[in-house]
Amino acid sequence: MSFMPLFPQWIFEQGPAFLIVLPLLMGAIIAILPNRSMAWWFTFFVTLICTYTAFGLFQHIYFDSFLLYTMGGWAPPHGISLIVDGLSAPILLLISVMAMLTVIYALPASISEIEPKKRGPFYAAFLICFAGLMGMVITGDAFNVFVFLEVSSISTYALVAMGAARDRRSLAAAYNYLIMGSIGATFFVIGLGFLFMETGTLNMAEMSAILSDLDGGTRVSKVGYGFIVVGLGLKIAMFPLHTWLPRAYAYAPTKITIFLASTATKAAIYLLLRFTFTVFDPSFDYISIMLKYLIVGAAVVGMVFASFQAIFQSDVRRVLAYSSVAQVGYILLGIGIATSSGLAAGYLHLLNHAIIKGCLFISVGAFWYRFGITRVDDFSGLFKTMPLTMGAFTLGGLSLIGVPFTAGFVSKVKLILAAAEQEMWWAVLVIVFSSVLAIVYIGRIIMAAYFGSPPKINGSTFTKNEAPFMMLFPMWALGLMSIAIGLNAFGIGDTFVSASEIAASVLLGGRG
Amino acid sequence: MHDPHVILKVISKFLVPFIALFAFYVQFHGDFGPGGGFQAGVILAAAVILYALIFGLDAAKKAFPPSWVRVGMSLGVLLYGGTGVLTWILGGDFLSYGVLAHDPAHGQHYGIIAVELGILCSVTNVMIAIFYAFGSRQPEVDEDNW
Repeated sequence: MSFMPLFPQWIFEQGPAFLIVLPLLMGAIIAILPNRSMAWWFTFFVTLICTYTAFGLFQHIYFDSFLLYTMGGWAPPHGISLIVDGLSAPILLLISVMAMLTVIYALPASISEIEPKKRGPFYAAFLICFAGLMGMVITGDAFNVFVFLEVSSISTYALVAMGAARDRRSLAAAYNYLIMGSIGATFFVIGLGFLFMETGTLNMAEMSAILSDLDGGTRVSKVGYGFIVVGLGLKIAMFPLHTWLPRAYAYAPTKITIFLASTATKAAIYLLLRFTFTVFDPSFDYISIMLKYLIVGAAVVGMVFASFQAIFQSDVRRVLAYSSVAQVGYILLGIGIATSSGLAAGYLHLLNHAIIKGCLFISVGAFWYRFGITRVDDFSGLFKTMPLTMGAFTLGGLSLIGVPFTAGFVSKVKLILAAAEQEMWWAVLVIVFSSVLAIVYIGRIIMAAYFGSPPKINGSTFTKNEAPFMMLFPMWALGLMSIAIGLNAFGIGDTFVSASEIAASVLLGGRG
Repeated sequence: MHDPHVILKVISKFLVPFIALFAFYVQFHGDFGPGGGFQAGVILAAAVILYALIFGLDAAKKAFPPSWVRVGMSLGVLLYGGTGVLTWILGGDFLSYGVLAHDPAHGQHYGIIAVELGILCSVTNVMIAIFYAFGSRQPEVDEDNW
């Protein structure tokens, strides 16, 4: 059903630029705002308006056509263009929805996590990070991608380090992330340099046309692609390059973990898709070799290895962080299969995983907010003390495992079918095996929460201490969303599936 | 008291205004040749940093209070973005300077000047802020307590 009449025409004309400019400028305003309690309201309304705009653009893609916006009115090969198509629109909507839910959660969470005088700068950095992620996804100019990548990364480093008020280890985690992230960004820009040398342009569509004229180009573009994959691999947390992720997720302020887990790696995966399938072409032999051996290999090893690591963690946030690395493996496996069904499955899992992980991290954040500890043992008896939080956690956990009637099931089945289509039976086996490992690490937490007894304080058993509404709302919204995708309630599941199929057809079929 | 740095102080006092002037030369020369907001911003910040190096951080902070620096960083971004918002209000695309004046060529000129000023403001203040941040860092553990 179309909601197009709900949006003014201006959104369709200027929306793409508006999505980046609004959070960027509001970030600058919030940084100098004298009244700190206003910062949350400003941030909330910005994310709300961005969600509205992104939804409008999403509708436009489905019922009309893709959008090309020219910055300052300069036409594409020379000017900077912004592109909203079937591939970028769902991710834009995902990022803005997750940002909005994170901000809702952040109101109670900041009280315990961020010092009052740092709340203004915190929200400013959050909005700038948000603007950077939106920019990465929407831009059609390769160098602009790098600029926005840095905008989002640098604000992320600062945000992760703000966890220092609670846990000093976040400083080391942020520094580690800074070094790894900078190396990644440098590799990425070196790769772009090689591509620019080969094609003489920075516009993605133009690059793609020149590369296909050259039939893949010389060794320069091969080296360029290698650098780009390694650079983005660091940002994605592709298996051997994932070492920064668990610490950054575990020690950042909880709301930043939520936001990063559900958007930052996803935006980087989007870039990998863009470069591999739109700028380059999987029909070039070096791209197909890279996909078949490197991406699939890293994906499969990561799925198993990271799942095992997740089992042996004692901190729940580290369990979920390693699980994120494993889930990135699923997405990369879908990409590596590189058929239209494989890409659609990978893309669908990308969207689903963002929702699932968002739900899980919000639940853990709510638990931290109430009790201040997140070891697996501490979950003992949590069904009795925080039943609603634990309920949402269970929904997310089941969905992560891939139990039928959840979002995780839908995308994992599609992934298995895509692998079976290519007769990659070993890949099917690995997917199932990794899901079994997910049962172990999620099950361990749920068992402790369900069968354990609540902690005793001063001799009397702790009865009930539910999270505030502002935290319950986003976690249940995401938990129910994942069930709605699984059950195809209100056609939500079909919308997600068709979004992923359109994205796959954009990647494989029409250039532009 | 005999001041050991009297030559440094006299010379740098003499140099600071010229460095600032050169910064503005680079800024406004950006239209016809090499230059522009980034380079000018760094040069302008260098004037303040030289002052801080010779006369001490406290004197520099009196001349350029850190609270101004923080506002200045954001103000530059807002000046840049505000130009874009103005072109939106006047009915053009974002940052299409042509709509700023009756003659599109003049509009382009005004637009680029406003944007470059925004860059100057941000870059100068960011450079000073980085210098202040490193300069005013106190060691967490005393040398004796290691």
